[in-house]
Amino acid sequence: MNIVARTMRGLVGLFVDDGTLALTLIFVLAAVGAVAHYGAIGDALAMAMLVGGSVGALLVNVIRAAATDKR
Amino acid sequence: MRHESAFDPLKIISTLRSAGVAAPLALIPAGKGPSMIGSIHAWSTIVSAFLASSVEAVEALTVVLAVGVVRGWRSALLGTLAALGLLIALVAIFGRALGQVPISLLQLVVGALLLLFGMRWLRKAMLRSAGVIELHDEAAIYQEEIHALGGNSAVARADPRTAWDPIAIVTAFKAVTLEGVEVIVIVIALGAVQGLLVPASLGALAACVLVVGAGVVLHRPLARVPENSLKFVVGILMSAFGLFWFGEGAGLEWPYADAAILGLMAILAVASWLGITIAKRVRPTGKRVSMRGRTA
Repeated sequence: MNIVARTMRGLVGLFVDDGTLALTLIFVLAAVGAVAHYGAIGDALAMAMLVGGSVGALLVNVIRAAATDKR
Repeated sequence: MRHESAFDPLKIISTLRSAGVAAPLALIPAGKGPSMIGSIHAWSTIVSAFLASSVEAVEALTVVLAVGVVRGWRSALLGTLAALGLLIALVAIFGRALGQVPISLLQLVVGALLLLFGMRWLRKAMLRSAGVIELHDEAAIYQEEIHALGGNSAVARADPRTAWDPIAIVTAFKAVTLEGVEVIVIVIALGAVQGLLVPASLGALAACVLVVGAGVVLHRPLARVPENSLKFVVGILMSAFGLFWFGEGAGLEWPYADAAILGLMAILAVASWLGITIAKRVRPTGKRVSMRGRTA
């Protein structure tokens, strides 16, 4: 059981380092996927949402990590 | 007009297909003829797989070298070979299974995973460049591993010439399996969606052979590999591929088709530079988060 848990944790760790960034990215992807699927907005706007949302999430996460560096 | 080069990945795919090599090539669309864009795509896949895999290979080699030096080469090599066997089995199983998945679903899932993977590396490379976390130090990890394996008196050491050493076997097996799974994820993510599993595998294989060869010659960890720069480049490449494929899978039509990947790389590079610059300014001076070690 311990080995299975550690293996699963290792696999998740391949994609997730900071939980907040991963969750934000998943939220952006889900939102873009939904609006693209239902055709709620045009392609250009959906692309801007995808790229802007992902890059914005990364920048906010990195800057926040640097600003709250307590050690 | 298409320029001929001495080594064309698409020609290799075509040759392998005509020679009857079926398994991984089942994912490659048969009617897709060679083109300039196709060659660019194949080359960018090879380079991405090569760079990303070289980072993983260096990390695995560091642990195997430490195990071999301290606990004996016999057990270290057995653990490594067992891990390689498991990895080959994983490739054989998942390589075939991927052929059954609809392409749009594959693009969505692989795009999302690549984006998470790439952004994770990019974030870490940016924080290291900004001085928020420490650089990955293979030499220090090598010393830590040696200390853990040989410095603990409670751990009974087997004679490397006469007995198998379970601790050495498990340690080498675990390191090679974990880093190898990352290589497999990279190869599948980069190669499966566009039917470029062979070029991606060639890139990863070349990286592993080169790193292991250098390790055998030098007999010490490759501490001089500029890991943070590599992670920076690979993070940008993977994130760009991830955004592109997720968009394609969601039904979006990128302007200039595949060439949009170059634009995405440029956007990510500029954003990274901007992020590092701001992070350096907002970071409290002289403070660092200690994250040295196996933080990938």
